[in-house]
Amino acid sequence: MKQVKVLGPGCARCQATADMIQTEADRLGVAVAIEKVTDYAAIAGWGIAATPGIVVDGKVVHAGGLPKAEDVRTWIK
Amino acid sequence: MSRSYNASVIEPDKRPSATQALIGTFGALIAWGVVYAALEPAAGWAVSALPLERGSHLEEAAAFFLYDTPKVLMLLTLVVFAMGVVRSFFSATRTRALLAGRREGLGNVAAASLGIVTPFCSCSAVPLFIGFVSAGVPLGVTFSFLIAAPMVNEVVLGLLFALVGWQVALSYLGFGLGVAIVSGWVIGRLHLEGWLEPWVLKVRSGAVDLPANSLTVTDRVQAGIEAVKDIVGKVWMWIIAGIALGAFIHGYVPVDLIAAIMGRDAWWSVPAAVVIGIPIYSNAAGIIPVVQALIAKGAALGTVIAFMMSVIALSAPEMIILRKVLSLKLIAVFVGVVGLGILAVGTLFNVLFA
Repeated sequence: MKQVKVLGPGCARCQATADMIQTEADRLGVAVAIEKVTDYAAIAGWGIAATPGIVVDGKVVHAGGLPKAEDVRTWIK
Repeated sequence: MSRSYNASVIEPDKRPSATQALIGTFGALIAWGVVYAALEPAAGWAVSALPLERGSHLEEAAAFFLYDTPKVLMLLTLVVFAMGVVRSFFSATRTRALLAGRREGLGNVAAASLGIVTPFCSCSAVPLFIGFVSAGVPLGVTFSFLIAAPMVNEVVLGLLFALVGWQVALSYLGFGLGVAIVSGWVIGRLHLEGWLEPWVLKVRSGAVDLPANSLTVTDRVQAGIEAVKDIVGKVWMWIIAGIALGAFIHGYVPVDLIAAIMGRDAWWSVPAAVVIGIPIYSNAAGIIPVVQALIAKGAALGTVIAFMMSVIALSAPEMIILRKVLSLKLIAVFVGVVGLGILAVGTLFNVLFA
């Protein structure tokens, strides 16, 4: 099970990012646990400069804007 | 549960190649030019087909509305597309790496300039602020970025260019950068790091390094199209409302009235414009068509630009977001310094272009 965190204060784009990860995971048949991190201090702790940020298994893989679907698939595979 | 993400993803091998994307872009540009050239005669024909009295206020207003609406939307689409492509070459993470450890002065200039081209959304302002400061970007340099990013953007520049002319668009760009650079530098000189909210200073995460995005030509064209869908899709109705209001001002509001309130002779009009603009939060898209009509009716350009900058750069919602990281004292300094900068710009503009 991949542990995925979506870092963002809860704007529309953060929601779209979380949905995108879930959709791509369903497609690949990969089990993911998505957690949304909305607290500013907690987001800041990951050292990113733009949201939404994505953390997969404790590693930051993306920061800022909607990711590419292909990239999402690579991260959760 | 409805998902906001649409799963109609094109499989990688079915995506257009770089050549196809470039040819498509080129073709779209030609089609754009053909339609744009036909706008004026088409609008003229449409107005003459309306049962309106020649030379009446109503005809004037209708002509303004029918020609300006498609013209502005088309120019805006072009500018937003180009900016979307340019922005795909930048990211907040890379901008931060460029600015970290930069000295003040040159750092302020770099930060304000990068503020124009770095993708930025206001909901990202707080993470960006902390991300910059905790990675060693000086406070004043961070402010230069945060002032320039919302104030000088493609919607404002594109609309000014489309409605008022390139001279005003360029002046706005130059003066907007000037306000961001000088205000950030002043805030930096004041050494107000102690006026940040205490928790901000405790964040010592350092900067995370991300592998550079491997974007293809197709991805960048796609980014431009996404920007158009996202931005033009959001602001088009504001633009139409603004143009309708502008058309009304154009046809009905007397010149004397506007000139008396916002003209060059009214010395108090620039400070009044700045003060009135602070609490107002409007979409740039709705306000610029009105601004254009005001200028046509004799309002002084400096006054109008000061009003616009104040509306766009200083807004109540932004203060509320920034309150999470800044103390009230620091917000007051921020508003004061930026407000004075805008005041100086408006006054200078009125004197220079008298």
